[in-house]
Formats: sequence, C-alpha cells, structure tokens
Amino acid sequence: MKDAKVIELDEVTIRFSGDSGDGMQLTGTLFSDATALLGNDISTFPDYPSEIRAPQGTVGGVSGFQVQFGKRLVNTPGDLAHVLVAMNPAAVKANAKFINPGGTIIYDSDSFNEKNLKKAKFSTDDPFAECNLEDFFKIPVPISTLTKESLKEFGLDNKSVLRSKNMFALGLVCWMFNRPLDYIEEFLGKKFAKKPVVVEANVKVLHDGFNYGMTMQHMTPSYLVNPAVIENGTYRTINGNHATAWGFLAAAEKSGRELFLGSYPITPATDILSALSERKDLGVKTFQAEDEIAGVTSAIGAAFAGDLAVTTTSGPGLALKGEAIGLAVMAELPLVVVNVQRGGPSTGLPTKTEQSDLLQALYGRNGESPVVVVAASTPSDCFWYAYKASQIALERMVPVILMTDGFLGNGSEPWKVPTMAEMPPITPRVAKDASSFKAYKRDPETLAREWAYPGMAGFEHRIGGLEKDETGTVSHDTENHQINTELREEKVQRVADLVPDLEVCGDGDGEVLVVGWGGTFGHLVSAVRELRKEGKNVSHAHFNYIKPLPKNTAEIFGKFKKIIVCELNMGQFASYLRDEMPDFKYEQLNKLKGLPFTVDEVKQSVYKLLED
Amino acid sequence: MIDLKYTVKDFKSDSEVRWCPGCGDYAIMNAVQRAMAGLGIPHEKYAVISGIGCSSRFPYYMSTYGFHTIHGRAAAIASGVKLANPDLSVWMISGDGDSLAIGGNHFIHLVRRNIDINLILFNNRIYGLTKGQYSPTCDRGFKSKTSPFGTVEDPFVPGQLVIGARGSFFARSLDGNMKMSQSVFEAAAKHKGTSVVEVLQNCVIYNNGIHGAITDPNHKAERQLHLEHGKPMIFGAENEKGLVFENAKLKVVEIGKDGVTIDDILVHDATEVDPTLHMALINMQLPDFPVAFGVIRNVEALVYDTEMAKQIDEVQQKRKVTCVDELLNSGNTWEVTGNGTPDSTSC
Repeated sequence: MKDAKVIELDEVTIRFSGDSGDGMQLTGTLFSDATALLGNDISTFPDYPSEIRAPQGTVGGVSGFQVQFGKRLVNTPGDLAHVLVAMNPAAVKANAKFINPGGTIIYDSDSFNEKNLKKAKFSTDDPFAECNLEDFFKIPVPISTLTKESLKEFGLDNKSVLRSKNMFALGLVCWMFNRPLDYIEEFLGKKFAKKPVVVEANVKVLHDGFNYGMTMQHMTPSYLVNPAVIENGTYRTINGNHATAWGFLAAAEKSGRELFLGSYPITPATDILSALSERKDLGVKTFQAEDEIAGVTSAIGAAFAGDLAVTTTSGPGLALKGEAIGLAVMAELPLVVVNVQRGGPSTGLPTKTEQSDLLQALYGRNGESPVVVVAASTPSDCFWYAYKASQIALERMVPVILMTDGFLGNGSEPWKVPTMAEMPPITPRVAKDASSFKAYKRDPETLAREWAYPGMAGFEHRIGGLEKDETGTVSHDTENHQINTELREEKVQRVADLVPDLEVCGDGDGEVLVVGWGGTFGHLVSAVRELRKEGKNVSHAHFNYIKPLPKNTAEIFGKFKKIIVCELNMGQFASYLRDEMPDFKYEQLNKLKGLPFTVDEVKQSVYKLLED
Repeated sequence: MIDLKYTVKDFKSDSEVRWCPGCGDYAIMNAVQRAMAGLGIPHEKYAVISGIGCSSRFPYYMSTYGFHTIHGRAAAIASGVKLANPDLSVWMISGDGDSLAIGGNHFIHLVRRNIDINLILFNNRIYGLTKGQYSPTCDRGFKSKTSPFGTVEDPFVPGQLVIGARGSFFARSLDGNMKMSQSVFEAAAKHKGTSVVEVLQNCVIYNNGIHGAITDPNHKAERQLHLEHGKPMIFGAENEKGLVFENAKLKVVEIGKDGVTIDDILVHDATEVDPTLHMALINMQLPDFPVAFGVIRNVEALVYDTEMAKQIDEVQQKRKVTCVDELLNSGNTWEVTGNGTPDSTSC
C-alpha cells in the first residue's frame, strides 16, 4: 500500500509547536490519545506560556506539546524531538534546542514571511541557519494555503478557516506515524456536536492533511512504531491532575465519607478543581472559595464536620494556607492539601514545573507543626498517592500534604485502570463509645485521636487552635505543651508503619545510587536503565514518602559508595536527607529551568561521578 | 425520642468563663443559650465556630460542638461545616476586628453566598484581646494605643457591608438587652441564609462606655428605635416620635405636631427586597436620629447550601456514572489482551 520509505522505530518524540492560539495543546492531545488507543505506551508534556494570548508570533507566545511513544515502556516525554511541527518562525526559535540531531522539522511555509520572522526577532530570512538547524530534515508545507484551499467550498470566514490549520498538521503527522483518524473524527464530532459545519470542516482538513502526506510521500518519511508489550487490562490515558482528582473520589467511596474540596483557582492546580466540579454525579461538594485561605479553611470546617476534606493549590497558595494547616495540625483533623508545584518564588514561572516547595511543605508554618508529606511520581500514580494521602489523613487524624508538580499535573500517560475491589480499605477513626470519648485520647499504637463530628449525639466537644489537654480544654500548662508537641511529631513519625519499604531499581548495592523524589521519576529511571545497559554500576531509589521516610532508607543508602540526589530545586531534599540521615554524603544534581531533567543530563552527571 | 426540652444549663460547658468581670459577652452568651434551648433543635446538631478575639473564646464555654479557629477565618470554616452537613445549626461568633479587618473578605463572601449560618458580630469597637488598639469600626479621630493622636480613617458600618454584599438578614442588638438579643437570635436562627446580628457590646477595660450615649437609661427611649416587622417606627418615652420618609431621606417627626398622625409614620417591613429603607435605618446615628435595633432586614433569597444539595441531586437523577469503578471505565478506554510477558519495569 505504501511505497514510501517506512522507518521502524522503538520510540519517537514529537513536538507540536505554534502560537498559543494555534490549538497546539488540542493537536498534541488528540495525537497522543489516538496513539495510546493504538497500543503504544506514551508520555506527554504540555509546555505553554502563562499568557493566554501572548503577542502573536513572538517567541514568548509559543505553546508546545511534546509526546513520546514507543513499543517499549515509555517513562518520559523524551529529551529531544525527532519531529518538530512548527506553525511559525517563533516556534522554530523557541524549540531549536529541543530537536534531536538529524530530526525532522515540518513547518507552515506560509507563515515564514518577513512579518513573522521579524516578530520572532530573526535578523535574516533564513531562520534555520540562524538557529544552527541547517543539517536537519526540513519539510516546508504551505499549511495555511492548503487549509484555505481545502475549505473553499464551506463559505467560512478567513479567521474560522485558519483556525482549522492545526488539523491539517495533525492529519499529516498521523499519516507519517500510521495513526488512523477515526478516534479524532469521533472526538471532533462530539466536541462540536452543535456545530455540524465545524465538524465537517475540521474533518475535511484533517483528511486533506493525511492525504497530503500520502501524495507527497517522496518527501515525507513514514514511521512505524509497533505497539508496546504491556500488561493485559483496561487502559485509558490520564493526566496527573485528573488522576489526583479521581484518587480522592476513590478514597471517599472506599472510606464511606463524602468528599469536600475547597479550592481557589491557581495554575497549574486548577484542573483538579474542575475535574471534581464535574463529578456532582458522585456527590462531590466543590467550593470555589474567595481566596486560598478560604479554600483550606472551608476544607478544615468540612473535616471538623465529618467529610473527607481536600484543598488543592500551587506554591504561592500553599504559602497562604500555612497558618490554617497549622490549625489542622493543632486540632488534629484529617485534611489533604495538594500542592501542584510550579516555578517560584512569588509568581515565578506559573506554567513551568519545579520541585522547590519541598521545604515549605515540610516546615512552612509557625511553631513545631509536623505534617505527613507524600509525593506522586508519574501522572497516573497521582491517583494512588491521592488515595494514600486520604487514607493516612483519615486513619491517623493528621494533615497530609501531597506534592505533585506541573509536569505531572499536565503530563499524561496510558494507565491500566484499577478496580475499587483491589484498593486497600480505609478505616476512618470515627468514635464509637460516647461514655469514654475524649477529644484527644489517643490510640496507643498510632497516637491518632478519635473523630467525632457535629450531629453525633453524646460526643459534643470543643477543639481549637490553642494548646489543649486530653479533653480538648485549653491548657497553658508548660509541661503539657512539651508533651503534646512531642506527641504530634511522634504521631507523624508512626505513619512510617503505613509506608512501604524503599525499593531499589537495579542492584541492591554498588557504586552510585541515583536518588530522586516526586515527578522526576520517569527521567531518572530512564537514565539509570540506559546507564545499566551500558554496563555502569548504577541503581535508582525514588521517594514517594518524604515525611516520614521509609524505614529502610538508611539501610539502602549504606550499601552504595556514592549517592546523588537529583531534584528540580537547589537541593532541598538533599538538605532534608542530610538532616534526617547525617551519616551519608550526598552529591547533588539540581536544575531550575522550569523544565524536567533530560535523561542525558542525568547520565552525564552520573558519568562524572563514576569518573571521580 | 430525644427530649428536646432544654434549659439554658444544657448549653453551658464545664470550662471556667474567663471574660473580664462586667464584660458584655456574658449577657450575649446567655441570650444565645436561651435562644438555643428554645429552638427545638437537637443539642448535637449545634456547631459553634469562632475566630480569634475575646468573643471568640465563646465556643469553649458552650456544651455544644465547638471550634475555636484562627483569626478572621471563622466564616470560611463555618461555611465548610455547613456544606459538609447542611443538617447542622451553625453559629459563628466573631468580633469587629475578626470579621471586618482580617476576615473582611470571608465576611462579605459568606453574606454574598447566603450560606445558612447565624453570625453574631460582637462590636465593641476595639481590639480587646491585644489590649486596646483601634478597630475598623472606630470613628475617625478615635484615640487608642496605636492611634495616640487619633485615627485618620473612617469606620465600616457592619450593616452597610451586609447590604452591599446583598445580605438577606441583618439585625442589631445590645449586650445589655438580653430579651431583645434572644429574640433576634431566634429570628436569625429561623431565617434561611446568612443571618448577621450585630451586637453593640461594651468592653469594660479598653473601651468602657463606647455605646454609653445609646444605652444611657435617662435617654435610651429617644435614642433607640426598636423595630418590629409590621409595626410603626415609633420611639421616645411616650412613643411620641416617629420616622417618615421625605425627599428620599428619613426624617424624625413628632406625632400630634404639625398635623402628623400615627398613620403618617413608616411601618417597618423587614421582608422588603429593595434595601433602600433598610440601608437608611442602618445608617441612622445620634444625635439627629435614634439608633435602629431589632431585625432590620429579613428577606427570602436562594440559600447556597440548599442550592448545592439541589444541584447534586439533579445531576444524580440523570447520572450515567454511579460509582468510581464506572467512572474509571467511562469514556475512551481500550483493552489490552493476549500480551505475553510485559516489558520489565525494573532496571
């Protein structure tokens, strides 16, 4: 059927890139979904500016969506793109350093005019030379013209016509990678169900893009990426923010509690609020508060009244919530706080990823204010850690901070969906015996208090932010404060009983242990895998439980000659480890560019360590 | 069956009450307890939420569920309590500093949303617990520890904020008038939506007598107007004075003078949706006018917690997804079958 050259690959990275109004996020998402449905493992990374419509044609306004897919398990969205789709010159400039040597650049030649070159601040009429991209395989396609041609029968205005040019690019890329169009057609049909003309127009352009590839096959190579061999089961693609939201739904159902979310919109956490707002069918109460403080305090009120209470935010919001989280610590209420981290400080880089809120989560409150800190490490395991955070909060009567980040929150991957039957039980500590109830009487094993909430007759009691005695009555007794301060810390430490052992990926001992936490998992594990294939003596240990740490942490650290802690900050986890496990020496790999690690930079730092 | 015949005693806790001797808070608490005892609501369904300040110690002295929280945030916490369980009778205790300074944002948004909470605002026009700094309800020029030369700012009038935030219920009472307080608390509890009751309260230590001109026994008859829905707005020792509305303004008239009869006097309608007259009553100040007390505004409006429950119910009537398993398998999913051994996830 195809006589063009077909290149068979294990994995491919594609980056769709254009103006923030060009629909690149949708294009990338549709391509990824179609790819996942075909059975490839995928990992995606949306990379977009914080302005909704930055000045058109400028480098600052470039919006990108990167996806890696393969016939093997894919853990990262890829370091460098094999194929860059560039809708304008600014997209070339913004992405020049993210293209694989020898990669292919498909670009809309119509938009490479003087005006747009100037907007992107090119000084000559050869943008590729200016970006040192001469040796790359370039496919100029007059996408704008062809889209106009494709839709000339539709009688649409120019603006509407050009809005469909992303579908042309999508069709073309689908041809290159042998993706069928049926899923995308179905999606368009549903999305624009009320506007049949729009559906028809987009589907037409999509097909014309696909056919253009077929017709012009002498110049466009076609790639074949066979499906990955993955575990049998039912799969779906999910991003981290949706997985987080659904993890709370699962925890609420399992624990028999109603779910309350108090939240204030903030990038990149807002999607959790919208995902749960959609779930009125499952009885979720979402409360869009007047500010971050009301987000967390309304959740604290709901926790006092017996709900599974959650608040979601990003770094600046976590700062605002600090005092209230201290109240939940003092009152000992079950509360889950999600921090989808972004670049900081202050407003920082709202749409870019970073891991620089770790110390804030651990310590960012007045007084001795211990909380449990948990971190998710892949888009789909956000589901599991939202579930676990809820379990810990409800069973141990303690606030839990769940750390994800912009990379996880917006990134997506195929996910083998679990069944509720296989999720572990959650047993909230609801008080049963009124006669012996005291607000702060503790379980001798876990030190958790019991939960009695308004409406339960016979358990009426008062709690608050003041130091208290066992009954909840205010106590200014100095000895009592010492005892309670230690108890609150010890209660958090005993959560370690619920924390699984730290696992080592690779050998149990050796030269170098690559240590990470949270959203860097995919890049670190990929780097270590490649290093091990090269015969290097390197292993990987990844932390999902930060406070308390897994019990076997020191035991594992003791078996390696060198430990390198890799994180997207200035070394916060490393300094925490130095404090908690001072017997070891920690090397560091740190990055603060608003981007994930690349597999290559992790490998380079390990090579260096192996040489020293 | 639960015995709902409560007395005031059933609402007192064992904790020693630690307000200053002579503090107006004692009488307000007494009136709250009396109101609660008579409302026919089971004891365990009361939840009393407070912020920070002298008045906010209130929950500790009650035998109900109580939560003494952090400065300014009681409105948001009480909102969470009510939304978690709309069946509860939620009372919020706050002061002029707690609700109108640090918690101003939460205060207006609570009122705007009209969540069914009874908010008692103790207005002593001073920061008592931090020992005497001026508050947002102090008059311009007020001298305090942090304004030794007088303030250079104008105060909030709580009722104006309530009207501005589209409030559905506003009442005013006096700490010393327990009978009036009890009756407005009962009305507040029965009102569906956010009920704000401003209680003019005396701080004996830092602002003693701040409401003295209003409460002076020799003059209170002509300085206080006690509003009752459906009754004429009359006051004075012999009920000889009344209010009329003239040229878009309230005016004090004397009945029997200049041909004015009782029929010319305004009749109070707390249920009038148009807030014009309610605002005018809230704004009345000495010496030209008496100060208005009682339930000034009590109108029907959509209640947030009811609407939230209704929306969930409506969506659930038509739902396709009834549990998490169904959700997980909804939309775009695909089956992987017949695969051999998966690629190893280990290194």
